[in-house]
This record gives sequence, structure tokens and C-alpha cells, in this order.
Amino acid sequence: MLRALSLEPDRCTGCLQCEMACSYENEGVFNPAKSRIKVFAFHTEGRFAPYTCTQCDEAWCLKACPVDAIVINSETGAKDVLEDVCVGCKVCTIACPFGTINYNSSSGKVIKCDLCGGDPWCAKACPTGAITYVDADSTGLERMRAWAQNSPSGSASFVTPTEKDVQHYERVQL
Amino acid sequence: MAWTQKILRVNLSEGKVDSEPLNMEWAQSYLGQRGLASKYLVEEIDPKCDPLGPDNKLIFTTGPLTGTMASTGGRYSVVTKGPLTGAIACSNSGGYLGPELKMAGWDMIIFEGKSPKPVYLFVNNDSAELLPADAIWGKTVWEADKILHDVHQDSQIRIACVGRSAEAGCLYSAIINDLHRAAGRSGVGTVMASKNLKALVCRGTKGVGNIKDPMGFMQATENGKKILRENAVTGAGLPQYGTQVLMNVINETGALPTNNMQKVQFAGASKISGEAMHEPRKSDGKPNLTTNAACFGCTIACGRISTIDKNHFTVQNKPEYWGSSGGLEYEAAWALGADTGVDDLDTLTYANFVCNEDGMDPISFGATVAAAMELFETGAISTKETGGIEFKFGSSEALAKAVELVAAGEGFGKDLGLGSKRLCEKYGRPELSMTVKGQEFPAYDPRGIQGMGLAYATSNRGACHLRGYTVASEILGIPEKTDPLVPDGKAGLVKAFQDATAAFDSAGICIFTSFAWSLDDVAPQINTACEGDWSTERLLEIGERVWNMEREFNLKAGFTKKDDNLPPRLTTEKADSGPAAGKVNELDKMLPEYYAVRGWDEQGVPTTDTRQRLGLS
Repeated sequence: MLRALSLEPDRCTGCLQCEMACSYENEGVFNPAKSRIKVFAFHTEGRFAPYTCTQCDEAWCLKACPVDAIVINSETGAKDVLEDVCVGCKVCTIACPFGTINYNSSSGKVIKCDLCGGDPWCAKACPTGAITYVDADSTGLERMRAWAQNSPSGSASFVTPTEKDVQHYERVQL
Repeated sequence: MAWTQKILRVNLSEGKVDSEPLNMEWAQSYLGQRGLASKYLVEEIDPKCDPLGPDNKLIFTTGPLTGTMASTGGRYSVVTKGPLTGAIACSNSGGYLGPELKMAGWDMIIFEGKSPKPVYLFVNNDSAELLPADAIWGKTVWEADKILHDVHQDSQIRIACVGRSAEAGCLYSAIINDLHRAAGRSGVGTVMASKNLKALVCRGTKGVGNIKDPMGFMQATENGKKILRENAVTGAGLPQYGTQVLMNVINETGALPTNNMQKVQFAGASKISGEAMHEPRKSDGKPNLTTNAACFGCTIACGRISTIDKNHFTVQNKPEYWGSSGGLEYEAAWALGADTGVDDLDTLTYANFVCNEDGMDPISFGATVAAAMELFETGAISTKETGGIEFKFGSSEALAKAVELVAAGEGFGKDLGLGSKRLCEKYGRPELSMTVKGQEFPAYDPRGIQGMGLAYATSNRGACHLRGYTVASEILGIPEKTDPLVPDGKAGLVKAFQDATAAFDSAGICIFTSFAWSLDDVAPQINTACEGDWSTERLLEIGERVWNMEREFNLKAGFTKKDDNLPPRLTTEKADSGPAAGKVNELDKMLPEYYAVRGWDEQGVPTTDTRQRLGLS
């Protein structure tokens, strides 16, 4: 089963445990500046959002690379950067529509999320469940479950959605 | 190793910036942050120096766990001699600035002297430079933050800044970082402004590594997080209600100081509580609370992010206050609310926003307004002094006007900026000031929580709840329940809390972890991060050493036994309602016993034996 990172911004508190875990796993230091996952704070909206590579099926970074340094990891589905092949030309950073592949000046190569080889540290470190590692074909399952629980049928209708669910629903409505 | 082992020394008088190695011998005896920076301060300044003169120093300091994956490892402190008290001051803050400084490669910055012109310090990894602050001097913290982000064209810099109140000399000005986190108490922001230093701007991309035993550290910090997650206070109460979970609890205990501590229960408590912040407002149907938020590395996330109703009288036609920002913590809600008798959540939130915007400690500000209200109601001051404001208990209008005046340093705001002690002395009623060593009380009435009376009286930075929080034991039963209404056994309890707190504060973590953690849970995290063997006993000894070192600084600064005291109201006027009705604080019973358990003589001076035992010579 292929798995994917599922990001739930409404649960994020901005603690950056994910950024520290990511940088420690990949660089050996606690260093958000070198994290492949980033948490953004939207101060006046009172909102935090974690963001990282979505591992596109048709990955533009991979297609743009002139030296074939980005390859598909058949076990995880991640688009991995081969460090010894990458020449640091940064064309992939231009090709990626989401900005989730970036140049690392200390190594002269690009870095991006590789799902930690199938055991992503950000998900393990997240204290609120804002980042989870789930079945890639069912990333919406938990959200479906929350709404199913709130559907007007049977005894489950007595269960009310959490405030976070409602906030999320209101944003989706917008 | 966890320390970066480097200090940045900034001589503001000469405009010089130098790097020097951290004194690792001291680090082994004082750990970091509060302990280690206080060691530097007591070694480097004359305890009798003018806190607002060039001889005072201002130290920004991190701890060994700052910037690591240890939960709440995002703390830094500012250590200096405080202008509100004349005592040693150490104000602790969260947000993201502390880790950024550490990730730039510095354990500490020591500012000394006074700049001839307004400047700010820009730290960018190894480089640090003083830059002219002309564009931000005279601006609020929020304005300066925006200007600095624009000037540096970097959204990722972290900023600590003082507001207009500090420039105007308000004696309880805070240093605000990340827009709404504060090194809040004792006037550390006033010291910063007195040095013509407006801001510290920081960018660190080097990270924190050098962990002694990485695998062991990851396991130890994960164990710690599990305990926080499973604890009712840190795992549920604080994320949901923040520290505001206490408002109703403390009111029911009969220990919620009200109307400048004339009463111990507030009729409007439930209207300004953590629960009320979740309720939809009648006016616009939205709750005060937008979301909870964490500081760097924190898995508790007690922070409050709030909004004010756009049509509320405080923010009409002022869109800069319409977005969400740092909301009410318990101490602020109490000082701005119960102590002034104001029970309107939107007014309190507005006052809190302005305290963040222009850098004031909301505890001292609110308590000073409360004192002014009592001065006004007893006729010691009139609208002649207040510039026409009716300073009556319960007046939202007076509170909102007061916070604007102190922020700008204008009119009666200049008097309010003196703090409660100097204000009450100026108008001939010193007994109405609810302070110890010149610093205003926080939100626990010592008639209803006896141990807190002793904790306030003996706190090294003046009245404070964060130096020995016996509320945990006396009210919440952590680590075990003691009777809040009796003085017996409180001397030992206060000492235990004071020493443990000093150790937590020296590690680089948040004291709120201590609702769930004891030092037994901290020691493995330090031990796997830092060189040396770190046991609970060693941390406790460091805490005791730090406490005695701070005490000795204060004694040399001129404080004596008579300053370990409470205002007469709390020892002579009985609580008039609730479980503590009829009680006064029995400080006279606790203080001699406290001196004895501390190993101090009858005058409150550490004995030679005690000094030698702790290696203070």
C-alpha cells in the first residue's frame, strides 16, 4: 500500500516539532531553516498551516531535471533526489508549482521531502495529528469519518463535530 | 553538548560587537538561561548601580534545551537589574526568538553601556551589527516589526522589540518578541530603551546540534512529551482554556484579588474566564478565542489567539485591531479585569493587545490602574490629576483610556507608568500599593492561598507567581495537595518550588511543563543533551544555588529582611467572603521558618555554611 502525508492545517499549533524532526533526520541538527516541511503562520487570521511536497504523480521537478537526479522511489512513491547526481542547477525549483523543492546552499544540491524512506519523522513528531501518514488512496478518510459521525442517521447523530471540524467546514464553504 | 559555547558581547557605548567563549565551568554549575546569565550579571555589574544607567547590563540568554526537540524548548530570558524593583530581574519568554538566536550560533548576548543614538542589533548567524534605529524609534512594536521585516526583505527574521512605553520611561515595560510574546516583568524593556536599543533582529540557519547522545535524547524527550500528553492539565486543560482555566477555579477558592485586593472574589469572574472566551459573543456571534497556539517546540499549546468585535467601542474605526492576535492569559485577564473590576472581555482583550503593541507588562499595568482607581475613589486623586478620566472600579472606559495613555507615555499615563508603589507614594497613600519590592502582585490572593504570601514576600524579583508556584500544591494538588488556608509546612514547600523553578528556568524549557513533569523528568533530557552527569539532585542543587546567588545580589543592592514583606492589607484586613473568609496572610509565622530551612540567619542572610555548601564564595 502506498502511503501519503495528510496535512490538517486546522489542527496545527505552530510548534515546529515537524520542522525540527525533519531537519534532524536529514541534516543531523535541529534546524527549521533546513526542513523539507514548513509551517506557515497567518497572524491576523490566527491560522497555521504545514506544507510540504505532495509527491505529484506527474512530477514536474523530475521532468525538468536535466541530469535525471530525481527518481521515483518504487517502495514509497516519493520523488527522491539523488545527491551524487544533482548538479545544483535549480531548474526543478522553478518547475515545481508549489515551491516545495529548494536549494540548500550548504550542500550545493536541492532538497525535498522523501517521506524519510517510508517512515516520515514529521508525522511521528506532530503532537496534534495535523500531520499523519495514511493510505495514499484514502487521505480523506478521517475527514469523511468526522462528517459521517455527524450525519443524521442512527445513534451517531447524537455526536457533535468538534470546533475544529466546524471551523474547517466554514472555511470550505468560503 | 547542547550549548553553542559562544557569547556575543555588544558594547553599545563604543558600538563594538565581539564574540567570546562561554564560560563552561560556570555552565556546569549554573546550567544556562536564568542561572548562567544571572551568574554573568552578578560577576559583571555593581549591585548598587542605577538600573537605567550605562553601568547596568542587559543579557538575552538561552538554555541548553532551547532550540531542541525537547517539548517547550523555545524559551529565552532577559536578565538585568530591574528598574521597577532595584532587584535582580529575569523575565522569561516563548515565541520563536530564543531558538532563532541559538540557531544563529549564540547562547547569550550581553549588552553593556549605552548607545549615543537609537540602534538595533541585527544578528545573522555569525555576523552581528548595530544599525541605526531612526526609522523605528518612536514606533510601536507592531509598527517596528513590520518596518524591520520590510527593510530586511526577509519574512523569516525573528524580532524582539520595545514599544513607545519603554522609550517614555514606563517602569514596567516589557520586551515583546514575535508580536505578542513577552519578557514581561520587572521592566526589562525599560532597561533596553534606556540603552537606546530598540530591537534585536535575528536570523539563524545553523541549527542546534552537538547533542551528547542523540538517540538517548530523542527517547528522553519523547518520554517527556508522553507525560505532557497524558496529564489532565498539560494534555487537556491548558490547550483548551489556556492558563485562563484558572479564573473560575481561583475565584471559587476565594483567592481572586478584586478591586485592588480589597476583596477576594469577583462577581464578574465567569464573564472573563477561559470558558467565556469560547462562547459566541452576543454582538457579532463570534467567540473571543480564534485558536490556541504553541510557542516553538511546545506540545502543550496553551497560547490564546483572540479577536475583538469590530464594533466594540475600543476598536471602532481602528482596523489595526480587527485581526487576531495574542489573547488573554490568566494573569493578564485578572490584572486587567478582576483587579480593576472590569468584566468586559472585549475591553480586556483590547487592553491586552495594546500591552503587546507597545510593550507593557499587563500584570503591573492592570494592578497600577487598580491602585489608581482606589486612589480616585478614596479622594486621593481627582479628575484634575487624571486628565478628566473617572477612575472608578469597573470602568471599561477608564481602563481603555489608561492603556492608551501609558502606551504613548502621555498625560496621566506618565503617572501610571511609575507603577503602583511610586504612584501611591506620590499621592500620599503608600499603603494602597499592592506590591512587594516595588513589583505588583499577580492573580492569587495570599489570604486564600497562604503559601503564596511567603512566595511573594521572598521572591527575588518582587511579587511574582513564577518564582514559587505553590498554587500547584495548595489548589491543584500537584505534586500533592496541601491546605491553602494554613501556614504550616509552607516554608519548606515554598523553598522546594523556588529551587525547582530556578532549575526549570535554567534549562531553556517552560515552567508550565512542571504541572506534569518533576525534575526527574527533566534530568534525563539534560543528561542526554549536555556534557557531564545530570541527576535530579544536581539540578535541584543548581536551583538552590541560583536562588541564593540572586538573594545575595539583592542583599548587596540594599534589600534587607524588612523588604521580605507584604502590604498591611494582606496581613491585617480579613478576607470577606468565600472559603478564606476571616483569614489574613500569616507571613510572620512562615518567614522565620523559611529562613531556617533556607540555611539563612535571622536577618535572612545566607550563612557561611550554606554559601560553602552551594559553592558560593
